[in-house]
Amino acid sequence: MPLSPDPYNLIISGIGGQGNILLSRLVGRLMFRAGYQVSIGETFGAAQRGGGVFSGVRISSKRLYGPVVPQGAGSMIISLEPLEALRMISGYGNPGVKALVNSEGIHPVAVLSQKASYPSDEAMSAAIHKATDKAWLFNATKIALELDAPIAVNIVMLGGLVATGALPLDADEVADEVKASVPPHLAELNLTAYRRGMQAVAGA
Amino acid sequence: MAAIDKYEPGTSHFLLGNEAIARGALERGVNFVTGYPGTPSSEIVPALAQCTQKGKLHAEWSTNELAAVEGAAAAATAGLLSLSAMKNAGLSLALDFITHLSYTGLGPKGGACLMVVCDDPHGHSSGDETDSRWLARFATAPMVEPMTGQQAVELVKYAFDLSQKHSAFVFYRGYTRLSHASNPITMGELPTGAPKASSDSSVSLNPYLSIDKHQDLLAKMEAIRAEFEQCPFNSYQGPEKPELVVVASGAGHLAAAEALETLGLEERVGLLSLATIWPLPTAWVVEHLKNAPQVLVLEEVDLFMEAAVKEALVDNGLGSVAVYGKGSGHIPMSGEMTPDRALSALARIFDMKAPARDEAYERLVQQEVAPLVISRGLSWCAGCPHRASFWALDKAIKADARDAYVTGEIGCSTLDVFPEGKAQIKLLHSMGSGTGTAAGLGQLKPFGYTQPVVAVCGDSSFFHSSVPRLINAVYNQADMLQIILDNSATAMTGFQPHPGTGNTAENTPAPRLDVAKVCESIGCQVTIADPFEVRATTKVMRELMGKPGVQVLILRRACELVRMKAAKSHPYRITIDQEKCKGAECAVCSRDFRCPALYLDPATGKTAFKEQICSGCGICVEICPFKAISKQEND
Ligand SMILES: Cc1ncc(C[n+]2csc(CCOP(=O)(O)OP(=O)(O)O)c2C)c(N)n1
Ligand code: SF4
Ligand code: SF4
Repeated sequence: MPLSPDPYNLIISGIGGQGNILLSRLVGRLMFRAGYQVSIGETFGAAQRGGGVFSGVRISSKRLYGPVVPQGAGSMIISLEPLEALRMISGYGNPGVKALVNSEGIHPVAVLSQKASYPSDEAMSAAIHKATDKAWLFNATKIALELDAPIAVNIVMLGGLVATGALPLDADEVADEVKASVPPHLAELNLTAYRRGMQAVAGA
Repeated sequence: MAAIDKYEPGTSHFLLGNEAIARGALERGVNFVTGYPGTPSSEIVPALAQCTQKGKLHAEWSTNELAAVEGAAAAATAGLLSLSAMKNAGLSLALDFITHLSYTGLGPKGGACLMVVCDDPHGHSSGDETDSRWLARFATAPMVEPMTGQQAVELVKYAFDLSQKHSAFVFYRGYTRLSHASNPITMGELPTGAPKASSDSSVSLNPYLSIDKHQDLLAKMEAIRAEFEQCPFNSYQGPEKPELVVVASGAGHLAAAEALETLGLEERVGLLSLATIWPLPTAWVVEHLKNAPQVLVLEEVDLFMEAAVKEALVDNGLGSVAVYGKGSGHIPMSGEMTPDRALSALARIFDMKAPARDEAYERLVQQEVAPLVISRGLSWCAGCPHRASFWALDKAIKADARDAYVTGEIGCSTLDVFPEGKAQIKLLHSMGSGTGTAAGLGQLKPFGYTQPVVAVCGDSSFFHSSVPRLINAVYNQADMLQIILDNSATAMTGFQPHPGTGNTAENTPAPRLDVAKVCESIGCQVTIADPFEVRATTKVMRELMGKPGVQVLILRRACELVRMKAAKSHPYRITIDQEKCKGAECAVCSRDFRCPALYLDPATGKTAFKEQICSGCGICVEICPFKAISKQEND
């Protein structure tokens, strides 16, 4: 199946510890298995200490691309946090970019120490919609907390990605991959998180 | 993630570049693996430690990189295939041994040794972006560097062959965009069996009578250069009569290919890609450049390859060929090689317009998106013992009022100098240097120096390289307070074990060295405190700051992420009494202590906390001056 655009540059962003690396590898593995060339670039040195982290997943039916996404060349931005979505849009956005965003904000420490202020939900949502071709915003953290599994936000987002139809991903194959990549006793929980994410975006 | 030895030959799997290096080593039959953690190299040793087998493969976290390379080199002299992995800073530490090892080689037993060094162009997770390629030239040793994940696997085998054939260790360079990139990798066969190790006592491997040995070494390098002329991983793609040849290595290769595609220059420009970094296969390079009117060199950080190419051209009477790159200003002198950089250099040379973002969109982003994007600085995790330690240190220094001077080093404690830290550390360089510099300052009394001197180090750093410096301080009778943040892990780089943790890279038990006993045995006065008892800790710090001699204060409390991994639950539940909380008037817990779980709620004007972030450590109970925060034990 041809990709549009090709290479398809998926940016996955969030805060250290939210599990965006697992998410990018899941998507990478799935697209590789579907026959595409895939490169993932990550920088995760101090990833756990509250900083922003992101991976670029470059998918192509033509050839292997390097792991660094050129500026302004994002095809889709998946962000586990809305401020990070805006950061990615300012670097990688373009008139055709799409965005799938968890609307639950996490305040930087500079906000806690009252040196900066965090933008309002409304302002962030308006800017995300304005600067993208299409955007899906929903509270994935709330879904994960309802399931008593705050660390499953990334899997909720994966469900959301499948529902956007942006990539040729088969819902059942993705479910199998989710099951295979978590410990057996957490499989059901993650599958529920995945389905809830799918429903949230399909219904949005 | 399956252990990398579980993948069947012929199948393809998604591997991190560092795992690809490890798989290549397994496929070539590596026996003895050493290393010390450091981003971006840290995944190589654990990937191999998952596959160890008695008498076939050993993998260890060494105490530091010097011990790591010495162990690996020795195993190679006993006939084994060995590999040592570290970041660029680690290689700097190991250089003294390495420059001697070049002279002696690996002896007659047929062993081989790869020194894998991973650089961090752009310093994504490092204090510097030092380019270790110069060290190959400096140490007169061969260096190779892969361009893709799959090539990383094959190049490891090539490098082992080279090492074995020439009885020379080989540098294998990784870099962030290789080590931390994931690609599908096709698996090769895994060998069975292992060589038997023994030392040949009929020869002495030593660097003395060095003039002869230096000459032999230079001859060996020429033999290696001749081999590099034929290296199957060096390639030329492009027209027979190119208008320009791009010389690329490492990340430059894929960046160049993408830029040429974007600009539609593939029919006009050649791409000469090198996996052999040093020595340069001069004849092969000159052969491909002699008919090119101009050359562009694409590489990361320094102009290492560019300098070598220019030398080769001049030495071969081709000095008039125009060489673009860092020297000409087409590529910046620092930072990563990206497709954008390759694109702008090529567009400039060919007088083309580099594709840019739509103008109206650019305006929209600048006006409506960028102003909302505030920075997100790094900070200690919620529940981190270091936050409490530095909070106490700040209070102690203020109370002491003699302008105490704090030296520090690399580790999670380094977050102190980031915008959201407590800004206590004033002198910070390499591992172990906090102690070394404090020992220097602690001897300046005769020069009128009156400030108390305090050094801070982590427990992994303590074993890595603080110990000899502490001995120096005791021997030379410095006055200083050494604070050791004993958090039971090499936390910054991913919680690897070290000599004080009681386990090894293979996750087997090991003798546990006691930091306190080590310090006592070298003559330091030792005090132990719990950083979570912040007020008591502050008091102890004040007392020790005034005392003569080398005082050691061990602040013992496990890294929160290590504790959480084992315990899987939070010790306390927190409640904040909204009546007692003074809100913005006080805000000590959020504005001053800065636990990321606590914030002033604009709706109530009082402090609230985020349950998803709170680790239930309970320190804030002691921090709040109005007793507004209380804790209940979690069941
Ligand atoms: C020579 C050298 N090797 C490796 C590193 C990478 N590195 C940075 S900090 C650190 C150790 C951190 O452990 P520790 O001292 O225990 O402090 P913690 O992070 O646990 O607080 C390492 C290995 C380095 N900076 N320099
Ligand atoms: S990883 Fe551990 S030592 Fe480092 S900031 Fe987090 S809690 Fe502190
Ligand atoms: S809110 Fe209090 S208990 Fe929770 S992590 Fe922060 S300091 Fe610890």
